[in-house]
Amino acid sequence: MGLTARPSDNLARTDTASGSGESWVATRLDLLVNWGRAGSLWPMPFGTACCAIEFMATAASRFDLARFGMERMSFSPRQADVLICAGRVPFKLAPVLRRIWQQMPQPKWCISMGACASSGGMFDNYAVVQGIDTIIPVDVYVPGCPPRPEGLLYGILMLQEKVKRERMSDASLRNEMDPDPESGLYIPPQAIDELSEPFGNSVHQTRSGL
Amino acid sequence: MSASFSVVIPGSAAPDAPAPATPRHLPNRGGAVNPSADALRARFQGGILRVEVIWGETSVYVERLRLGEIVQWLHDDPSERYDYLSDVTAVEYRDPEQPIEVVWHLRSLPYRRFLRLKVELARDGKTPLEVPTVWSIYKGADWLERECYDMFGIRFVGHPDLRRILMWEQYREGFPLRKDFPLRGRFSRAEQLRQALAANPEARYSMEELTVAQAFEDLPEAMRKRLKGGERTGE
Amino acid sequence: MSTKRTVDVAIGTSGLDEQGRPRRAPLTVNEGGTVTTLEPPPALEDALELEGEHMLINLGPQHPATHGVLRLVLELDGETVVRCIPHIGYLHCGFEKIGEYRQYNQVIPWTDREDYLNSIGNNVAFALGAERLFGIEITPRCTVLRLIAMELSRIISHLVWLGTTCIDIGAFTPFLWAFEQRERVYELLERWVGARLTTSATRVGGMAADIPAGWMDQLQHFIKTFPKTVDEIDRVLTTNGIWVGRTVGLGVMSADEAVNYGLSGPMLRASGVAFDVRRDFPYLDYETYDFEVPVGTHGDVYDRYLVRMEELRQSTRILAQAAARLPDGPVDSDDHRVVLPPKSKAMSDMESMIHHFKQVMEGPRPPLGESYVAVESPKGEKGYYMVSDGTAKPVRWRIRPPSFVNLSAIGKMVEGHLLSDVIAINASIDIVMGEIDR
Ligand code: SF4
Repeated sequence: MGLTARPSDNLARTDTASGSGESWVATRLDLLVNWGRAGSLWPMPFGTACCAIEFMATAASRFDLARFGMERMSFSPRQADVLICAGRVPFKLAPVLRRIWQQMPQPKWCISMGACASSGGMFDNYAVVQGIDTIIPVDVYVPGCPPRPEGLLYGILMLQEKVKRERMSDASLRNEMDPDPESGLYIPPQAIDELSEPFGNSVHQTRSGL
Repeated sequence: MSASFSVVIPGSAAPDAPAPATPRHLPNRGGAVNPSADALRARFQGGILRVEVIWGETSVYVERLRLGEIVQWLHDDPSERYDYLSDVTAVEYRDPEQPIEVVWHLRSLPYRRFLRLKVELARDGKTPLEVPTVWSIYKGADWLERECYDMFGIRFVGHPDLRRILMWEQYREGFPLRKDFPLRGRFSRAEQLRQALAANPEARYSMEELTVAQAFEDLPEAMRKRLKGGERTGE
Repeated sequence: MSTKRTVDVAIGTSGLDEQGRPRRAPLTVNEGGTVTTLEPPPALEDALELEGEHMLINLGPQHPATHGVLRLVLELDGETVVRCIPHIGYLHCGFEKIGEYRQYNQVIPWTDREDYLNSIGNNVAFALGAERLFGIEITPRCTVLRLIAMELSRIISHLVWLGTTCIDIGAFTPFLWAFEQRERVYELLERWVGARLTTSATRVGGMAADIPAGWMDQLQHFIKTFPKTVDEIDRVLTTNGIWVGRTVGLGVMSADEAVNYGLSGPMLRASGVAFDVRRDFPYLDYETYDFEVPVGTHGDVYDRYLVRMEELRQSTRILAQAAARLPDGPVDSDDHRVVLPPKSKAMSDMESMIHHFKQVMEGPRPPLGESYVAVESPKGEKGYYMVSDGTAKPVRWRIRPPSFVNLSAIGKMVEGHLLSDVIAINASIDIVMGEIDR
């Protein structure tokens, strides 16, 4: 994108000072479009495990996701704007998640909710994908196991912020991520292996015996 | 109210038995033996290898090939009536010399009894990892046995549909709960992900499972192709 | 134990038939506003000719009504299910494998996440199993606290079931009511252990924490006010024509079948089998509490709903009794092979220091042996089977998953029903994929 000026946060300017008695509005088109998009995101809840329960709690009475223009859950990926991946994604589910992402029309965003979706979390074993960012691009990571509803709401607000800052002129934004024909993967295999390396305490807890 | 809905009350076959209570101060070994163990011994003599009582739970080690017969008797005999299968699983010890154990947890609702049956599969290279199925006695064994096969590679002879259940059918890394299977799997993460993504998410039912299989030849060309494709493009 | 079921017939339904089930034939409204039933349309003579090709429909793994990532491949004849092939394993996360690489206390966080609707109940179940393996007894206060935890978790689990089932069948409001009550239980749990969902509340030999001051009052308040919501939901659903029409007579399992398929929990009881682990193989002194085991008479979806509603009330009853008898005293067992000695003593007393050192450096080691402890989870008989070879980590940690076994009967239950009824039947099983796939 280079050094384009940061879009002003003001959506529009009105000017009634010219004395003509007419009021008028001037704005940039992408500001207007983004404002509309950010305020009416349709989430596609891809809830698999415990985080999905907290997602439901967020959508229910006390936390009320509807306040952010998101009450319209879209269980069909074809009418959705933002994929909320809540929960663990085992390898068996990986092609399903990938297919759902491909079925979503542009523009689309993705929130990875919880430690498992973001990094594999406490499931550093043979069955679980170590972070969905090895399969699909992720815009916002919400940490926590599970994140509290407030945390998810904060993540959603951050995503709205991000949506508002997008420029239509930025061609790189709406690119579909295609798999590498040779490996069939979306990011280089070395990167995947490196991202999935056990770290910290987890290294020492893999020995059987003791 | 139809006849099959007569209310079944557990314990009804042993009305004078004391009311069940929370077990306390159980000894590590020994203690009250489940009466079924003695009945089994009397009836099957050589088929019963040994009986252990650990923390108040009776385990009966039985001979591999006579298991079906023994379970059938436990299920049918009016003085036992083990009509409820809780669980089927297996245990592999860390010591590679020790046999793999297949474990059945049975309950007799009418008598309020709990019994553990075990079959030891020696790792001498001669004993096959095979036990008889109990599917024909308990329908609930279907998935439990499939899971045990999926995780340990133990074959249940006579099971009508012994396929992987939790891992996908073309999973190539082996049987995850075996002790020689590393916690993180055998392949690198990138390879695991590659294999998983190469799977066709629509391909996980086989024609054999479906009753349309007979009508396959009559299906329109396009549909046949799709079904075939779905069958072959394995993971 | 009550086996009687009364259905007050509301305006929407058209009376009871000879078997005492609400009718679900089409209705007409007469001029005076009374409702009569049309005879169901006679079966078509040439129905055979209409028999067409079978069709395959794939439901899931991403579908709002499959409660997670269950996948059902349905073979349909028209709209009738001829065959249903469930596919599971989309959430297989290797719990049992991981359990072999962790010490007993370290496994407890995993029990939260396996049946995540019943986290704190699983914590208790695991601790009970491990304690049998270690051969230690827990204190009276701990027993009662754990029982309170289990019943609270039964309530929140049934509430999720109620909410999601309502959504599946087409009612949205009860979902909001149920989740509001859930939030109240969450508040209780959060004050107690600091987490809403993933509680990790127990330790082998005790609890992570004693309840804070004033907690009991909050619980009492909850016990007093919660039944009101149950009654409200009851009023909205139990005699509601749509609800009755969409649940009665579906997915029937007879008592013998249910036992043979290994069903447990409300599924089994709805089929008329009064088996409840709390009653028949008691733990945590359940035999000393006064509660009823509700049983159904027809074994259909509607009965499962009634049984769960009644269990909500019974749980409240048990909670009230437990709250009344909570004794004072220590929460943790004083067996310092397993429970860390108090900090003050670990610093001054030689023996305590050794216990402390050994536990922290090596972890507590149970003697050789094995234990299978089953509890009545909201879904049914949940068992933890642990085998120890004398080291600090279990050789095998097996979860006996109730909803896995319950789900395995779905093929039998949906056969011959309409596609839309599959949703209701599936919802009635109360599946949790985390537990099914583990
Ligand atoms: S991050 Fe934690 S709460 Fe969320 S799915 Fe993973 S284990 Fe469950």
